[in-house]
Amino acid sequence: MPDLLRHAWLVARKDLQVEFRSRTALTLALVFTALVLVVFEYGRDPTAVPTLDLAPSILWVTFSFAAVLALNRAFHAELENDALEGLLLSPISRSSLFWGKLGANLVFVALVQLTGLALFVLFFDVPVWRVWWPLILVMVLASVGFIAVGTLFSAMVVRTRFAELMLPVLLLPFLLPPLIAAVTVTAKLLGGRPLSEVLGWLRLLAAYDVTFVTLATLLFPATVTE
Amino acid sequence: MLLARDLAHAFGAVQALDGITFSLDRGQTLVIFGPNGAGKTTLLRVIAGLIRPRRGSAEVEGGRRAIGWIGHQSQLYGQLTVIENLRFWASLYDVPAGTVQERARALIGRLGLERQEQQPVRTLSRGQAQRASIARALIHDPAVLLLDEPFTGLDRLAAEELRTLLGELAADGRASVLVTHSVEEGTELATEVAFMRSGRFAAHGPRAGRDAAALAADYRRIMAGA
Repeated sequence: MPDLLRHAWLVARKDLQVEFRSRTALTLALVFTALVLVVFEYGRDPTAVPTLDLAPSILWVTFSFAAVLALNRAFHAELENDALEGLLLSPISRSSLFWGKLGANLVFVALVQLTGLALFVLFFDVPVWRVWWPLILVMVLASVGFIAVGTLFSAMVVRTRFAELMLPVLLLPFLLPPLIAAVTVTAKLLGGRPLSEVLGWLRLLAAYDVTFVTLATLLFPATVTE
Repeated sequence: MLLARDLAHAFGAVQALDGITFSLDRGQTLVIFGPNGAGKTTLLRVIAGLIRPRRGSAEVEGGRRAIGWIGHQSQLYGQLTVIENLRFWASLYDVPAGTVQERARALIGRLGLERQEQQPVRTLSRGQAQRASIARALIHDPAVLLLDEPFTGLDRLAAEELRTLLGELAADGRASVLVTHSVEEGTELATEVAFMRSGRFAAHGPRAGRDAAALAADYRRIMAGA
């Protein structure tokens, strides 16, 4: 276990170092997030539906597509000089590799989500400050399992043609359960409902995370071994 | 140091390897000549553990940790500098932190990369990137080297330098398997020679003093008998 986590940390640190050096995917994801929020801000009739009713859906649709965009980059750096083969040749376990990629993706998506949340507050003037920590909790719980599945699929499709199109098509069905839960919880929290009212949904998200992180960890070695 | 026994593998209906058996001791270099599609790279990938063979086994003394891979792809991250790449790969092989810097500097000096040490790999020429790739392959001091067409894309001078270096590495006591389609490229390094065709060794034995011209004549004769 210590080796698994240590090697995962090395892979995650390298991924983040490579990403922050180029900043291409991060910049794209942030620009995309800002653009989607701008489109929602100006592309709706604010007198038709109250902002607070629309806000949770807008927030999570934006997060979901930005996350898919971010996940597309997960294995791209590994293809540049066939570094993936070097990783597979090295003595680290396939599970370490998966956890490293998952860790880097979580940090990456968290950065996009936090920036998106700040822009969301700016554009929609939604009072998130009184529910900030339950909101962060639901962001974490709704992201972990989904990003685990995304990391697995990203490894599966990276060598295929049209990988950028394949990933969302494969991933979006798996996104539905956490998306429904996250939108419901966010709506209740922003509506001033007590946390106890959403505990069932949070437990559902936690169960989804445990299930899909475990499944993705078990399936990942098969996706990268011929 | 390396023992391959009755290796066989197929991709669908195509038999890529069929009954390959050989062994290598310390300081020996097996050069495998063969046309494109003969199964040379598949053989290396099976030895490296990247492909699970349908039949047979390949044992490397010391396991995956003892293997160094040099191919026509550098397996380096373009955004990271040469020294950052070497530190990363050393950490995956658990090279003690105290010796990483010393070993990296020694390799950089030996490969003439002092001026490129702090340069991102993406800015290196093909020859420099290949030398950096060799440093990556040697950073964990492997006992067995697997070389997949390492001369591809190198100019005459860079290829000559690489040949000299590979000769020095063999003299250090490493066992090597080099695959190439060009008889001119690997002859001087070989202690053992094999001609490969349709996944089989059509001929295999000691080089026995044969020069490039003699090997080229043998190669033509054997391939003509296909």
